[in-house]
Amino acid sequence: MRFMILLKGDPAPGQMPDPDLINAMIKYHEELAKAGVLLAAEGLLDSSTGARVIYSGGQRRVVDGPFTESKELVAGFYLIQVKSKEEAIEWAKRCPVEYAVKERDMEAVVEVRQVGELEDITTMTDEQRAAEHRLREQIAGS
Amino acid sequence: MAAEQARDQAHRTVEAVWRIESARLIAGLARLLRDVGVAEELAQDALVAALEQWPAEGVPSNPGAWLMAVAKRRAIDLIRRNERLERKVAELGHELATSGDPDIADMAAHDPDHIEDDLLRLVFVACHPVLSTEARVALTLRLLGGLTTDEIARAFLVAEPTVAQRIVRAKRTLAQAGVSFEVPGRAERPARLASVLEVIYLIFNEGYSATAGDDWIRPALCEEALRLGRILAGLMPAEPEVHGLVALMEIQASRLRARVDPHGEPILLLDQDRSRWDQLLIRRGLAALERVNALGGIAGPYGLQAAIAACHARARTPEETDWPLIARLYEELARLTPSPVVELNRAVALGMAYGPQAGLDLVDQLVGDPALKAYHLLPSVRGDLLAKLGRRAEAREEFQRAAALTRNERERRLLLNRAAAMHHDGSADSAAARA
Repeated sequence: MRFMILLKGDPAPGQMPDPDLINAMIKYHEELAKAGVLLAAEGLLDSSTGARVIYSGGQRRVVDGPFTESKELVAGFYLIQVKSKEEAIEWAKRCPVEYAVKERDMEAVVEVRQVGELEDITTMTDEQRAAEHRLREQIAGS
Repeated sequence: MAAEQARDQAHRTVEAVWRIESARLIAGLARLLRDVGVAEELAQDALVAALEQWPAEGVPSNPGAWLMAVAKRRAIDLIRRNERLERKVAELGHELATSGDPDIADMAAHDPDHIEDDLLRLVFVACHPVLSTEARVALTLRLLGGLTTDEIARAFLVAEPTVAQRIVRAKRTLAQAGVSFEVPGRAERPARLASVLEVIYLIFNEGYSATAGDDWIRPALCEEALRLGRILAGLMPAEPEVHGLVALMEIQASRLRARVDPHGEPILLLDQDRSRWDQLLIRRGLAALERVNALGGIAGPYGLQAAIAACHARARTPEETDWPLIARLYEELARLTPSPVVELNRAVALGMAYGPQAGLDLVDQLVGDPALKAYHLLPSVRGDLLAKLGRRAEAREEFQRAAALTRNERERRLLLNRAAAMHHDGSADSAAARA
Protein backbone atom coordinates (compact mmCIF):
# COMPACT_ATOMS: atom_id res chain seq x y z
CA MET A 1 0.00 0.00 0.00
CA ARG A 2 1.19 3.48 -0.75
CA PHE A 3 0.62 6.44 1.48
CA MET A 4 1.36 10.10 1.30
CA ILE A 5 2.59 11.80 4.41
CA LEU A 6 1.72 15.44 3.96
CA LEU A 7 3.44 18.18 5.92
CA LYS A 8 0.90 20.89 6.51
CA GLY A 9 1.78 24.51 6.98
CA ASP A 10 3.49 27.32 5.20
CA PRO A 11 7.07 28.28 5.93
CA ALA A 12 7.56 31.97 6.64
CA PRO A 13 8.76 33.62 3.42
CA GLY A 14 12.30 34.84 3.29
CA GLN A 15 13.23 33.28 6.61
CA MET A 16 15.91 30.62 6.82
CA PRO A 17 14.48 27.55 8.47
CA ASP A 18 15.85 26.56 11.85
CA PRO A 19 19.06 24.53 11.34
CA ASP A 20 17.86 22.05 13.97
CA LEU A 21 14.73 21.54 11.90
CA ILE A 22 16.72 21.06 8.72
CA ASN A 23 18.99 18.50 10.37
CA ALA A 24 16.06 16.67 11.92
CA MET A 25 14.21 16.51 8.61
CA ILE A 26 17.30 15.30 6.76
CA LYS A 27 17.68 12.56 9.35
CA TYR A 28 14.01 11.63 9.01
CA HIS A 29 14.33 11.43 5.24
CA GLU A 30 17.33 9.14 5.67
CA GLU A 31 15.45 6.96 8.13
CA LEU A 32 12.63 6.47 5.63
CA ALA A 33 15.11 5.66 2.88
CA LYS A 34 17.13 3.28 5.03
CA ALA A 35 13.99 1.50 6.12
CA GLY A 36 13.35 0.78 2.46
CA VAL A 37 9.91 2.42 2.50
CA LEU A 38 10.57 5.76 0.84
CA LEU A 39 9.43 6.12 -2.74
CA ALA A 40 9.57 9.87 -3.19
CA ALA A 41 9.79 13.07 -1.18
CA GLU A 42 9.70 16.77 -1.99
CA GLY A 43 9.53 20.03 -0.13
CA LEU A 44 7.50 22.89 -1.48
CA LEU A 45 8.68 26.48 -1.48
CA ASP A 46 6.59 28.85 0.63
CA SER A 47 3.33 30.01 -0.87
CA SER A 48 4.56 33.51 -1.65
CA THR A 49 6.19 31.90 -4.70
CA GLY A 50 3.03 30.05 -5.62
CA ALA A 51 -0.21 30.82 -7.42
CA ARG A 52 -3.76 29.60 -7.69
CA VAL A 53 -6.04 29.23 -10.65
CA ILE A 54 -9.56 29.78 -9.39
CA TYR A 55 -12.53 28.76 -11.45
CA SER A 56 -15.79 30.43 -10.54
CA GLY A 57 -18.71 31.96 -12.36
CA GLY A 58 -17.63 30.28 -15.56
CA GLN A 59 -14.29 32.05 -15.55
CA ARG A 60 -10.77 31.36 -14.48
CA ARG A 61 -8.58 33.84 -12.69
CA VAL A 62 -5.08 33.63 -11.32
CA VAL A 63 -4.29 34.62 -7.76
CA ASP A 64 -0.69 34.92 -6.58
CA GLY A 65 0.44 33.72 -3.20
CA PRO A 66 1.02 34.06 -0.33
CA PHE A 67 -2.10 32.35 0.93
CA THR A 68 -3.30 33.10 4.40
CA GLU A 69 -4.82 29.83 5.58
CA SER A 70 -1.34 28.51 6.16
CA LYS A 71 -2.48 25.60 8.33
CA GLU A 72 -4.22 24.07 5.35
CA LEU A 73 -1.40 24.45 2.92
CA VAL A 74 0.93 21.65 1.95
CA ALA A 75 4.59 22.27 2.71
CA GLY A 76 5.95 18.96 1.51
CA PHE A 77 5.27 15.27 1.18
CA TYR A 78 6.72 11.80 1.54
CA LEU A 79 5.41 8.95 -0.58
CA ILE A 80 5.96 5.63 1.19
CA GLN A 81 5.33 1.95 0.55
CA VAL A 82 4.14 0.13 3.67
CA LYS A 83 2.03 -2.83 4.64
CA SER A 84 -0.74 -1.03 6.51
CA LYS A 85 -2.22 2.30 7.44
CA GLU A 86 -0.95 1.75 10.97
CA GLU A 87 2.59 1.52 9.64
CA ALA A 88 2.12 4.77 7.73
CA ILE A 89 0.86 6.41 10.91
CA GLU A 90 3.86 5.13 12.86
CA TRP A 91 6.15 6.75 10.32
CA ALA A 92 4.14 9.97 10.41
CA LYS A 93 4.55 10.01 14.19
CA ARG A 94 8.30 9.98 13.70
CA CYS A 95 8.33 13.11 11.57
CA PRO A 96 10.23 15.69 13.69
CA VAL A 97 7.71 18.51 13.40
CA GLU A 98 8.37 19.60 16.98
CA TYR A 99 11.30 21.57 15.57
CA ALA A 100 8.94 23.49 13.31
CA VAL A 101 6.67 24.62 16.09
CA LYS A 102 8.23 27.48 18.00
CA GLU A 103 5.49 28.69 20.28
CA ARG A 104 3.69 26.47 22.74
CA ASP A 105 0.25 27.09 21.33
CA MET A 106 1.25 26.33 17.77
CA GLU A 107 0.20 23.09 16.20
CA ALA A 108 1.94 21.03 13.56
CA VAL A 109 -0.12 18.69 11.46
CA VAL A 110 1.18 15.68 9.58
CA GLU A 111 -1.50 14.18 7.42
CA VAL A 112 -1.58 10.56 6.27
CA ARG A 113 -3.48 9.76 3.10
CA GLN A 114 -3.65 6.52 1.20
CA VAL A 115 -2.74 6.62 -2.48
CA GLY A 116 -5.42 5.16 -4.73
CA GLU A 117 -4.10 2.46 -7.02
CA LEU A 118 -5.09 2.76 -10.70
CA GLU A 119 -6.50 -0.68 -10.53
CA ASP A 120 -5.88 -3.33 -8.00
CA ILE A 121 -3.57 -5.99 -9.27
CA THR A 122 -5.97 -8.83 -9.27
CA THR A 123 -4.98 -12.40 -8.88
CA MET A 124 -8.31 -13.33 -7.40
CA THR A 125 -11.02 -15.15 -9.28
CA ASP A 126 -14.44 -13.54 -9.55
CA GLU A 127 -15.80 -15.96 -6.97
CA GLN A 128 -12.98 -15.08 -4.58
CA ARG A 129 -13.63 -11.41 -5.04
CA ALA A 130 -17.34 -11.88 -4.39
CA ALA A 131 -16.60 -13.89 -1.28
CA GLU A 132 -14.19 -11.18 -0.10
CA HIS A 133 -16.87 -8.53 -0.52
CA ARG A 134 -19.42 -10.62 1.38
CA LEU A 135 -16.93 -11.10 4.19
CA ARG A 136 -16.14 -7.41 4.38
CA GLU A 137 -19.84 -6.61 4.58
CA GLN A 138 -20.25 -9.10 7.38
CA ILE A 139 -17.41 -7.64 9.41
CA ALA A 140 -18.58 -4.09 8.82
CA GLY A 141 -22.08 -4.95 9.99
CA SER A 142 -21.05 -6.76 13.18
CA MET B 1 -17.94 -4.69 18.56
CA ALA B 2 -16.15 -1.43 19.24
CA ALA B 3 -13.90 -3.02 21.85
CA GLU B 4 -12.88 -5.75 19.45
CA GLN B 5 -12.15 -3.24 16.73
CA ALA B 6 -10.09 -1.18 19.12
CA ARG B 7 -8.14 -4.25 20.14
CA ASP B 8 -7.60 -5.26 16.50
CA GLN B 9 -6.31 -1.83 15.68
CA ALA B 10 -3.99 -1.91 18.70
CA HIS B 11 -2.65 -5.23 17.48
CA ARG B 12 -2.13 -3.88 13.98
CA THR B 13 -0.27 -0.95 15.47
CA VAL B 14 2.01 -3.28 17.40
CA GLU B 15 2.57 -5.25 14.20
CA ALA B 16 3.39 -2.04 12.36
CA VAL B 17 5.96 -1.07 14.98
CA TRP B 18 7.33 -4.61 14.82
CA ARG B 19 7.80 -4.31 11.11
CA ILE B 20 9.75 -1.10 11.59
CA GLU B 21 11.80 -2.13 14.62
CA SER B 22 12.24 -5.91 14.74
CA ALA B 23 15.33 -6.29 12.54
CA ARG B 24 17.21 -3.62 14.48
CA LEU B 25 16.09 -5.12 17.74
CA ILE B 26 17.29 -8.59 16.81
CA ALA B 27 20.52 -7.23 15.35
CA GLY B 28 21.34 -5.24 18.47
CA LEU B 29 20.61 -8.19 20.74
CA ALA B 30 22.59 -10.54 18.54
CA ARG B 31 25.62 -8.34 18.89
CA LEU B 32 25.28 -8.29 22.67
CA LEU B 33 24.65 -11.99 23.00
CA ARG B 34 26.66 -13.26 20.06
CA ASP B 35 23.77 -15.57 19.25
CA VAL B 36 21.18 -14.87 16.60
CA GLY B 37 18.80 -17.61 17.74
CA VAL B 38 18.60 -16.40 21.33
CA ALA B 39 18.38 -12.81 20.12
CA GLU B 40 15.32 -13.65 18.07
CA GLU B 41 13.65 -15.44 20.97
CA LEU B 42 14.21 -12.50 23.29
CA ALA B 43 12.88 -10.17 20.64
CA GLN B 44 9.76 -12.32 20.43
CA ASP B 45 9.39 -12.05 24.21
CA ALA B 46 9.51 -8.29 23.87
CA LEU B 47 6.85 -8.46 21.16
CA VAL B 48 4.59 -10.47 23.44
CA ALA B 49 5.08 -7.88 26.17
CA ALA B 50 4.21 -5.11 23.72
CA LEU B 51 1.05 -6.92 22.63
CA GLU B 52 0.06 -7.22 26.27
CA GLN B 53 0.87 -3.70 27.44
CA TRP B 54 0.58 -1.24 24.55
CA PRO B 55 -3.15 -1.70 23.89
CA ALA B 56 -3.83 -0.51 27.41
CA GLU B 57 -0.95 1.93 27.96
CA GLY B 58 -0.54 3.29 24.44
CA VAL B 59 2.45 3.01 22.14
CA PRO B 60 5.56 4.40 23.87
CA SER B 61 7.15 7.48 22.34
CA ASN B 62 10.30 5.50 21.50
CA PRO B 63 8.99 2.02 20.77
CA GLY B 64 12.35 0.67 19.60
CA ALA B 65 13.98 1.65 22.86
CA TRP B 66 11.11 0.14 24.87
CA LEU B 67 11.40 -3.20 23.06
CA MET B 68 15.16 -3.24 23.49
CA ALA B 69 14.89 -2.47 27.19
CA VAL B 70 12.43 -5.31 27.76
CA ALA B 71 14.54 -7.71 25.74
CA LYS B 72 17.68 -6.73 27.61
CA ARG B 73 16.03 -7.28 30.97
CA ARG B 74 14.97 -10.76 29.86
CA ALA B 75 18.48 -11.33 28.56
CA ILE B 76 19.97 -10.47 31.93
CA ASP B 77 17.58 -12.89 33.64
CA LEU B 78 18.59 -15.56 31.18
CA ILE B 79 22.26 -14.91 31.51
CA ARG B 80 22.29 -14.72 35.30
CA ARG B 81 21.00 -18.26 35.27
CA ASN B 82 23.99 -19.35 33.31
CA GLU B 83 27.24 -18.92 35.19
CA ARG B 84 29.48 -19.52 32.23
CA LEU B 85 28.31 -16.27 30.63
CA GLU B 86 29.25 -13.99 33.50
CA ARG B 87 31.35 -11.85 31.25
CA LYS B 88 28.28 -10.99 29.21
CA VAL B 89 26.43 -9.96 32.34
CA ALA B 90 29.16 -7.46 33.00
CA GLU B 91 28.87 -6.15 29.46
CA LEU B 92 25.11 -5.76 29.64
CA GLY B 93 25.13 -4.44 33.17
CA HIS B 94 27.63 -1.89 32.04
CA GLU B 95 25.42 -0.91 29.13
CA LEU B 96 22.41 -0.40 31.40
CA ALA B 97 24.34 1.23 34.22
CA THR B 98 26.07 3.78 32.01
CA SER B 99 22.75 4.87 30.60
CA GLY B 100 22.04 6.04 34.13
CA ASP B 101 18.38 6.64 34.79
CA PRO B 102 16.36 3.50 33.91
CA ASP B 103 14.04 5.76 31.98
CA ILE B 104 13.04 4.05 28.73
CA ALA B 105 14.03 7.01 26.60
CA ASP B 106 17.73 6.79 27.27
CA MET B 107 18.00 3.10 28.08
CA ALA B 108 18.75 2.20 24.51
CA ALA B 109 20.23 5.39 23.16
CA HIS B 110 19.71 5.49 19.42
CA ASP B 111 23.09 4.87 17.88
CA PRO B 112 22.48 4.75 14.16
CA ASP B 113 25.98 3.82 13.05
CA HIS B 114 26.27 1.09 15.58
CA ILE B 115 22.93 -0.43 14.75
CA GLU B 116 23.65 -0.37 11.04
CA ASP B 117 26.78 -2.43 11.56
CA ASP B 118 24.66 -4.86 13.54
CA LEU B 119 22.02 -5.00 10.81
CA LEU B 120 24.66 -5.77 8.24
CA ARG B 121 26.02 -8.56 10.42
CA LEU B 122 22.52 -9.94 10.71
CA VAL B 123 22.05 -9.86 6.94
CA PHE B 124 25.22 -11.85 6.35
CA VAL B 125 24.46 -14.38 9.07
CA ALA B 126 20.92 -14.97 7.84
CA CYS B 127 22.30 -15.68 4.36
CA HIS B 128 25.24 -17.78 5.53
CA PRO B 129 26.32 -20.42 3.00
CA VAL B 130 26.22 -23.17 5.63
CA LEU B 131 22.43 -22.90 5.36
CA SER B 132 20.34 -24.28 2.53
CA THR B 133 18.76 -21.72 0.22
CA GLU B 134 15.32 -22.37 1.67
CA ALA B 135 16.67 -21.85 5.16
CA ARG B 136 18.35 -18.62 4.17
CA VAL B 137 15.15 -17.33 2.60
CA ALA B 138 13.06 -18.23 5.62
CA LEU B 139 15.56 -16.78 8.07
CA THR B 140 15.97 -13.57 6.06
CA LEU B 141 12.24 -12.99 5.84
CA ARG B 142 11.92 -13.77 9.51
CA LEU B 143 14.84 -11.85 11.00
CA LEU B 144 15.11 -8.98 8.54
CA GLY B 145 11.63 -8.81 7.11
CA GLY B 146 9.88 -9.32 10.41
CA LEU B 147 7.42 -11.71 8.78
CA THR B 148 5.59 -14.29 10.85
CA THR B 149 6.08 -17.97 10.15
CA ASP B 150 2.57 -18.04 8.74
CA GLU B 151 3.27 -15.18 6.34
CA ILE B 152 6.43 -16.90 5.10
CA ALA B 153 4.57 -20.17 4.66
CA ARG B 154 1.82 -18.54 2.64
CA ALA B 155 4.36 -16.69 0.51
CA PHE B 156 6.06 -19.90 -0.55
CA LEU B 157 3.05 -22.17 -0.48
CA VAL B 158 4.42 -24.52 2.13
CA ALA B 159 2.88 -25.61 5.40
CA GLU B 160 3.51 -23.41 8.41
CA PRO B 161 5.09 -26.16 10.53
CA THR B 162 7.52 -26.77 7.66
CA VAL B 163 8.67 -23.15 7.81
CA ALA B 164 8.83 -23.19 11.60
CA GLN B 165 11.00 -26.30 11.47
CA ARG B 166 13.17 -24.78 8.80
CA ILE B 167 13.86 -21.75 11.00
CA VAL B 168 14.53 -23.84 14.10
CA ARG B 169 16.96 -26.04 12.21
CA ALA B 170 18.62 -23.04 10.60
CA LYS B 171 19.33 -21.49 13.98
CA ARG B 172 20.67 -24.78 15.24
CA THR B 173 22.92 -25.16 12.19
CA LEU B 174 24.33 -21.68 12.72
CA ALA B 175 25.00 -22.39 16.38
CA GLN B 176 26.57 -25.78 15.73
CA ALA B 177 28.74 -24.43 12.93
CA GLY B 178 29.91 -21.73 15.31
CA VAL B 179 28.98 -19.00 12.87
CA SER B 180 30.13 -15.75 14.39
CA PHE B 181 28.08 -12.57 14.35
CA GLU B 182 30.44 -10.73 12.02
CA VAL B 183 30.56 -9.14 8.63
CA PRO B 184 32.72 -11.33 6.38
CA GLY B 185 36.28 -10.22 5.71
CA ARG B 186 37.36 -8.67 2.45
CA ALA B 187 38.44 -11.94 0.86
CA GLU B 188 35.13 -13.68 1.46
CA ARG B 189 33.00 -10.60 0.95
CA PRO B 190 32.18 -10.99 -2.77
CA ALA B 191 30.96 -14.58 -2.43
CA ARG B 192 29.05 -13.87 0.76
CA LEU B 193 27.45 -10.79 -0.75
CA ALA B 194 26.48 -12.79 -3.81
CA SER B 195 24.67 -15.17 -1.48
CA VAL B 196 22.74 -12.31 0.11
CA LEU B 197 21.75 -10.84 -3.23
CA GLU B 198 20.70 -14.28 -4.42
CA VAL B 199 18.34 -14.69 -1.47
CA ILE B 200 16.73 -11.29 -2.00
CA TYR B 201 16.31 -11.83 -5.72
CA LEU B 202 14.88 -15.27 -5.12
CA ILE B 203 12.20 -13.75 -2.92
CA PHE B 204 11.52 -11.14 -5.59
CA ASN B 205 11.24 -13.70 -8.34
CA GLU B 206 8.87 -15.83 -6.37
CA GLY B 207 6.58 -12.84 -6.33
CA TYR B 208 7.32 -11.71 -9.87
CA SER B 209 6.61 -14.96 -11.64
CA ALA B 210 5.63 -17.58 -9.16
CA THR B 211 7.13 -20.96 -9.90
CA ALA B 212 4.12 -22.83 -8.60
CA GLY B 213 0.54 -22.31 -7.63
CA ASP B 214 -2.35 -20.55 -9.23
CA ASP B 215 -1.25 -16.93 -9.07
CA TRP B 216 1.13 -15.69 -11.72
CA ILE B 217 2.34 -12.89 -9.50
CA ARG B 218 2.38 -12.18 -5.80
CA PRO B 219 3.12 -8.47 -5.51
CA ALA B 220 3.55 -8.47 -1.73
CA LEU B 221 6.64 -10.64 -2.11
CA CYS B 222 8.11 -8.26 -4.67
CA GLU B 223 7.50 -5.39 -2.27
CA GLU B 224 9.17 -7.32 0.51
CA ALA B 225 12.23 -8.04 -1.62
CA LEU B 226 12.40 -4.43 -2.76
CA ARG B 227 12.29 -3.26 0.82
CA LEU B 228 15.10 -5.63 1.78
CA GLY B 229 17.12 -4.56 -1.25
CA ARG B 230 16.70 -0.86 -0.47
CA ILE B 231 17.67 -1.50 3.15
CA LEU B 232 20.80 -3.28 1.95
CA ALA B 233 21.62 -0.42 -0.41
CA GLY B 234 21.47 1.91 2.57
CA LEU B 235 23.80 -0.37 4.54
CA MET B 236 26.29 -0.90 1.69
CA PRO B 237 26.10 2.24 -0.44
CA ALA B 238 29.49 1.59 -2.06
CA GLU B 239 28.61 -1.82 -3.48
CA PRO B 240 27.61 -1.52 -7.14
CA GLU B 241 25.95 -4.91 -7.35
CA VAL B 242 23.61 -4.05 -4.49
CA HIS B 243 22.42 -0.99 -6.40
CA GLY B 244 22.32 -3.16 -9.51
CA LEU B 245 19.96 -5.59 -7.85
CA VAL B 246 17.77 -2.78 -6.55
CA ALA B 247 17.69 -1.22 -10.01
CA LEU B 248 16.67 -4.55 -11.52
CA MET B 249 13.89 -5.09 -8.99
CA GLU B 250 12.55 -1.53 -9.21
CA ILE B 251 12.30 -1.76 -12.99
CA GLN B 252 10.80 -5.22 -13.03
CA ALA B 253 8.34 -4.24 -10.31
CA SER B 254 7.31 -1.28 -12.44
CA ARG B 255 5.64 -3.77 -14.77
CA LEU B 256 3.61 -5.65 -12.17
CA ARG B 257 0.36 -3.92 -13.00
CA ALA B 258 0.80 -4.66 -16.67
CA ARG B 259 1.79 -8.30 -16.30
CA VAL B 260 -1.61 -9.79 -15.59
CA ASP B 261 -4.97 -9.20 -17.20
CA PRO B 262 -8.14 -8.74 -15.08
CA HIS B 263 -8.53 -12.52 -14.87
CA GLY B 264 -5.02 -13.06 -13.62
CA GLU B 265 -3.73 -14.35 -16.94
CA PRO B 266 -0.12 -13.50 -17.73
CA ILE B 267 0.71 -10.91 -20.39
CA LEU B 268 4.10 -11.09 -22.03
CA LEU B 269 6.43 -8.12 -21.93
CA LEU B 270 6.01 -7.16 -25.56
CA ASP B 271 2.22 -7.33 -25.32
CA GLN B 272 1.93 -5.24 -22.15
CA ASP B 273 0.14 -1.92 -22.00
CA ARG B 274 3.09 0.31 -21.22
CA SER B 275 0.88 3.08 -19.88
CA ARG B 276 0.45 0.79 -16.89
CA TRP B 277 4.17 0.68 -16.19
CA ASP B 278 4.88 2.53 -12.96
CA GLN B 279 7.03 5.47 -14.01
CA LEU B 280 7.95 6.26 -10.43
CA LEU B 281 9.56 2.85 -10.03
CA ILE B 282 11.22 3.15 -13.43
CA ARG B 283 12.69 6.47 -12.39
CA ARG B 284 13.95 4.93 -9.16
CA GLY B 285 15.40 1.99 -11.07
CA LEU B 286 17.21 4.22 -13.53
CA ALA B 287 18.53 6.32 -10.63
CA ALA B 288 19.86 3.17 -8.96
CA LEU B 289 21.49 2.19 -12.25
CA GLU B 290 23.11 5.63 -12.35
CA ARG B 291 24.61 4.89 -8.96
CA VAL B 292 26.11 1.70 -10.40
CA ASN B 293 27.63 3.80 -13.17
CA ALA B 294 28.94 6.32 -10.70
CA LEU B 295 30.58 3.54 -8.70
CA GLY B 296 32.68 2.49 -11.66
CA GLY B 297 30.40 1.21 -14.35
CA ILE B 298 28.02 -1.61 -14.98
CA ALA B 299 30.17 -4.68 -14.67
CA GLY B 300 28.37 -7.20 -12.51
CA PRO B 301 25.54 -9.62 -13.33
CA TYR B 302 22.81 -7.71 -11.52
CA GLY B 303 23.94 -4.42 -13.00
CA LEU B 304 23.88 -5.95 -16.46
CA GLN B 305 20.44 -7.44 -15.97
CA ALA B 306 19.26 -4.06 -14.71
CA ALA B 307 20.72 -2.40 -17.80
CA ILE B 308 18.77 -4.85 -19.95
CA ALA B 309 15.59 -4.12 -18.02
CA ALA B 310 16.30 -0.41 -18.45
CA CYS B 311 16.36 -0.86 -22.22
CA HIS B 312 12.76 -2.03 -22.07
CA ALA B 313 11.81 0.62 -19.54
CA ARG B 314 13.07 3.41 -21.78
CA ALA B 315 11.15 2.21 -24.83
CA ARG B 316 7.75 3.87 -25.10
CA THR B 317 6.65 1.18 -27.50
CA PRO B 318 8.04 -2.29 -28.20
CA GLU B 319 9.20 -1.04 -31.61
CA GLU B 320 11.51 1.48 -29.94
CA THR B 321 13.36 -1.20 -27.99
CA ASP B 322 17.10 -1.15 -28.52
CA TRP B 323 17.43 -4.86 -29.22
CA PRO B 324 21.02 -4.76 -30.50
CA LEU B 325 22.04 -3.17 -27.19
CA ILE B 326 20.14 -5.83 -25.28
CA ALA B 327 21.87 -8.53 -27.32
CA ARG B 328 25.27 -6.98 -26.53
CA LEU B 329 24.40 -6.77 -22.82
CA TYR B 330 23.44 -10.44 -22.81
CA GLU B 331 26.76 -11.21 -24.45
CA GLU B 332 28.51 -9.36 -21.59
CA LEU B 333 26.38 -11.24 -19.10
CA ALA B 334 27.20 -14.55 -20.74
CA ARG B 335 30.91 -13.76 -20.35
CA LEU B 336 30.43 -13.10 -16.62
CA THR B 337 27.94 -15.81 -15.78
CA PRO B 338 27.91 -18.24 -18.68
CA SER B 339 24.68 -20.13 -18.70
CA PRO B 340 22.37 -21.64 -21.27
CA VAL B 341 19.54 -19.54 -19.84
CA VAL B 342 21.47 -16.34 -20.57
CA GLU B 343 22.19 -17.66 -24.07
CA LEU B 344 18.50 -18.32 -24.53
CA ASN B 345 17.70 -14.73 -23.64
CA ARG B 346 20.41 -13.57 -25.99
CA ALA B 347 18.79 -15.64 -28.71
CA VAL B 348 15.49 -13.83 -28.14
CA ALA B 349 17.26 -10.48 -28.41
CA LEU B 350 19.11 -11.56 -31.55
CA GLY B 351 15.85 -12.68 -33.05
CA MET B 352 14.29 -9.30 -32.36
CA ALA B 353 17.31 -7.36 -33.55
CA TYR B 354 18.28 -9.33 -36.65
CA GLY B 355 15.28 -11.50 -37.51
CA PRO B 356 13.92 -14.82 -36.18
CA GLN B 357 16.43 -16.97 -38.06
CA ALA B 358 19.30 -15.28 -36.20
CA GLY B 359 17.61 -16.18 -32.94
CA LEU B 360 16.78 -19.72 -34.05
CA ASP B 361 20.37 -20.40 -35.09
CA LEU B 362 21.45 -19.82 -31.49
CA VAL B 363 18.48 -21.63 -29.94
CA ASP B 364 19.11 -24.72 -32.06
CA GLN B 365 22.58 -24.89 -30.52
CA LEU B 366 21.01 -24.94 -27.06
CA VAL B 367 18.46 -27.65 -27.71
CA GLY B 368 20.70 -30.50 -26.64
CA ASP B 369 21.90 -28.80 -23.47
CA PRO B 370 21.03 -31.03 -20.50
CA ALA B 371 20.76 -27.99 -18.24
CA LEU B 372 17.76 -26.81 -20.22
CA LYS B 373 16.07 -30.20 -20.44
CA ALA B 374 13.28 -29.26 -18.03
CA TYR B 375 13.28 -25.54 -18.73
CA HIS B 376 9.94 -24.62 -20.25
CA LEU B 377 11.19 -21.36 -21.74
CA LEU B 378 13.45 -23.16 -24.20
CA PRO B 379 10.64 -24.80 -26.18
CA SER B 380 8.55 -21.68 -25.58
CA VAL B 381 11.15 -19.43 -27.23
CA ARG B 382 11.82 -21.95 -29.98
CA GLY B 383 8.11 -22.16 -30.65
CA ASP B 384 7.86 -18.39 -30.88
CA LEU B 385 10.72 -18.16 -33.39
CA LEU B 386 9.36 -21.04 -35.46
CA ALA B 387 5.95 -19.40 -35.51
CA LYS B 388 7.50 -16.19 -36.82
CA LEU B 389 9.22 -18.16 -39.56
CA GLY B 390 5.89 -19.70 -40.54
CA ARG B 391 6.86 -23.20 -39.37
CA ARG B 392 3.60 -23.55 -37.50
CA ALA B 393 3.41 -27.30 -37.06
CA GLU B 394 6.83 -27.37 -35.39
CA ALA B 395 5.86 -24.30 -33.35
CA ARG B 396 2.74 -26.04 -32.10
CA GLU B 397 4.79 -29.03 -30.89
CA GLU B 398 7.16 -26.75 -29.04
CA PHE B 399 4.38 -24.82 -27.28
CA GLN B 400 2.82 -28.09 -26.18
CA ARG B 401 6.17 -29.31 -24.94
CA ALA B 402 6.62 -26.06 -23.01
CA ALA B 403 3.14 -26.30 -21.51
CA ALA B 404 3.93 -29.77 -20.18
CA LEU B 405 7.11 -28.49 -18.52
CA THR B 406 5.82 -25.47 -16.63
CA ARG B 407 4.51 -25.89 -13.10
CA ASN B 408 2.62 -22.62 -13.11
CA GLU B 409 -1.00 -23.15 -14.00
CA ARG B 410 -1.60 -19.84 -15.72
CA GLU B 411 1.55 -20.03 -17.76
CA ARG B 412 0.58 -23.53 -18.86
CA ARG B 413 -2.70 -22.22 -20.19
CA LEU B 414 -0.97 -19.37 -21.99
CA LEU B 415 1.28 -21.85 -23.76
CA LEU B 416 -1.58 -24.21 -24.63
CA ASN B 417 -3.44 -21.27 -26.11
CA ARG B 418 -0.43 -20.46 -28.26
CA ALA B 419 -0.24 -24.09 -29.38
CA ALA B 420 -3.91 -24.09 -30.26
CA ALA B 421 -3.42 -20.93 -32.29
CA MET B 422 -1.00 -22.74 -34.57
CA HIS B 423 -2.92 -24.36 -37.41
CA HIS B 424 -1.27 -26.41 -40.12
CA ASP B 425 -2.92 -24.44 -42.85
CA GLY B 426 -2.28 -21.08 -41.15
CA SER B 427 -5.99 -20.30 -40.95
CA ALA B 428 -7.33 -17.76 -38.45
CA ASP B 429 -7.85 -18.85 -34.88
CA SER B 430 -11.26 -20.23 -34.16
CA ALA B 431 -13.06 -19.56 -30.94
CA ALA B 432 -12.86 -23.25 -30.17
CA ALA B 433 -9.10 -23.25 -30.53
CA ARG B 434 -8.87 -20.53 -27.97
CA ALA B 435 -10.93 -22.43 -25.41
